[in-house]
Amino acid sequence: MFEKALVGDRKYWGLIIALLAIVGIGFIIYLWQLKVGLKITGMSRDVSWGFYIAQFTYLVGIAASAVMVVLPYYLHDYKAFGRITVLGEFLAVAAVTMCGLFIIVDLGKPMRLANIALHPTLNSVMFWDMIVLNMYLLLNITIGWAVLEAERNEAPPPKWVKPLIYLSIPWAPCIHIVTAFLYSGIPGRGFWLTAIMAPRFLSSAFASGPALLILLALLIRKFSKFDPGREQIQTLAKIVTYCIIINVLFFLFEVFTVFYSQIPEHMHHFEYLFFGIEGYGKLVPWMWISFIGMTIAGISLAIPRIRRNETTLAIGCALVIVTTWIDKGLGLITGGFVPNPFDRITEYWPTVPETLIALGVWAVGFLILSILYKIAVSVKEEIMT
Amino acid sequence: MDINRREFLKIAGASTAIGLLGGWKAVELLAPGDVEAKYLQNPKVLTAKRWAMVVDMKKMNQETAKNCIEACHRIHNVPDIGDSKREIKWIWLEPFENAFPGQHQEHLAEQLTGQSFIVMCNHCDNPPCVRVCPTKATWKREDGIIMMDQHRCIGCRFCMAACPFGSRSFNWMDPRPFIKKRSPDYPTREKGVVEKCNFCAERLAKGQMPACVEASNGALIFGDMGDPGSEPRKILHTHYTLTRKTHLGTNPQVYYLV
Repeated sequence: MFEKALVGDRKYWGLIIALLAIVGIGFIIYLWQLKVGLKITGMSRDVSWGFYIAQFTYLVGIAASAVMVVLPYYLHDYKAFGRITVLGEFLAVAAVTMCGLFIIVDLGKPMRLANIALHPTLNSVMFWDMIVLNMYLLLNITIGWAVLEAERNEAPPPKWVKPLIYLSIPWAPCIHIVTAFLYSGIPGRGFWLTAIMAPRFLSSAFASGPALLILLALLIRKFSKFDPGREQIQTLAKIVTYCIIINVLFFLFEVFTVFYSQIPEHMHHFEYLFFGIEGYGKLVPWMWISFIGMTIAGISLAIPRIRRNETTLAIGCALVIVTTWIDKGLGLITGGFVPNPFDRITEYWPTVPETLIALGVWAVGFLILSILYKIAVSVKEEIMT
Repeated sequence: MDINRREFLKIAGASTAIGLLGGWKAVELLAPGDVEAKYLQNPKVLTAKRWAMVVDMKKMNQETAKNCIEACHRIHNVPDIGDSKREIKWIWLEPFENAFPGQHQEHLAEQLTGQSFIVMCNHCDNPPCVRVCPTKATWKREDGIIMMDQHRCIGCRFCMAACPFGSRSFNWMDPRPFIKKRSPDYPTREKGVVEKCNFCAERLAKGQMPACVEASNGALIFGDMGDPGSEPRKILHTHYTLTRKTHLGTNPQVYYLV
């Protein structure tokens, strides 16, 4: 099936070359980082995780959302989603690959990565995260590929795939729950120390992932002969709508507990993010855009007329993607570290090299996504003719 | 099958070598450890059930604190990066309200407000850093010291996120150019690993007290919390002491006598 990725029109190759160029730039700067150390990033003794770990966290959410197309199809026999399960699974493959790469570029000693497997540490959440993410990657590429191949041969998928599919359904939320546990089990960081962290991760994941899937489906319809389908897009849109509304609510629940209890260790982080402390407030406009944007997206997508119109739906989905990205990809990690354990403010902002390395990783993901989607779409077109 | 003398010797030699290797392995299997060199402890080694430190704030003045910090950082090759964002420190000073956030109140005893407290790794009895480390590069010894293996650390910095005391530093760059005079007593580090105070485990092994304790003129009292007759234990018994962020349940083993 892979040969489908090797033939394409000018647009396809243009995209591939553009992505490869971004990957190349990121890779060269990564080599520099490897040589001189993580000092080329904006991270510090106080904000010791930054853009890389934030992207990792956001992308785990995108990956987990594949279950939103797989679950209705296999557990509820919702036939319409049969057309697009492979799109969800391949999106997960690209996203989890990026997650792994973001962890690697963040490590001070990446050449020692294997130590996680050589010295398995059951009490470390990171160990479990490594297990669940790798397994999830394996599940999705295997299932996606096998089902697509069966579809191409116009035969039912092989029997051994079924148990894997059923395993992948609970596995998807697990990757995001375990990722939330990285943060929510740490005693000294009031911003993260909340049981609603995992539910918030899930709600924002199941909003942002399907929103991205909708945009990708619209693009596929525009640039290929394969139509993922109006009904499919509309069902996904309902999932996005409910999940983004739930996400806003979860956030407000946290805000209530934090500010009504008035416990400083929990309040200071929110004050820093949304109002700034002692004149430090780099993230203030971002956080408000994120919160207001999410609320607007939730309310407007709940209006049937807006949701059913694919143009306004696309705008709504883009808003969901951007606002959830600000929430997790910018605010979540920095917000946990500021103020620091000494109640002091050290701000963080990614540097240019750090951003370019991150862009390189994103480009790797989109490269994988483009290739896998090219294969999937070509197979679907082949079946149609 | 014909073989000449030369070939015979070759084969014989090779099989003897293999036999010897196998024999060695068998000895190791049957009596593990016995054939290797025995690890001998320095007879002067200082041991304890639970190492702990008391900081006597009445005796700890700026001058003494400076000496403690200088002694520690010199002996352990702690680089002087000169940039507060990327700095590395094992032991340093913090005003009361920063060392004890949340314990600060408006009408706090005058001598506490703004007073500098010497802070370091608390060698917690229930250490979150050890709990989160994915490679066991940081671990708790039986005598309570929280150790760091800079050869195993992958630089993920999960321990830095987990430490509620900001005790850990990461080498954002090669630290060696920033070490003024290299001390032969402790290895230097590479870029990309985490480090922190180790209660001078390497000195205790040689029968010496921690460097900061030695330089403190009696302001730092170091001893075995597991021994009811030990100096720090007696102080805790008769005086009220503070530990940092007690409510988090990490059970810090650096106590402050105010």
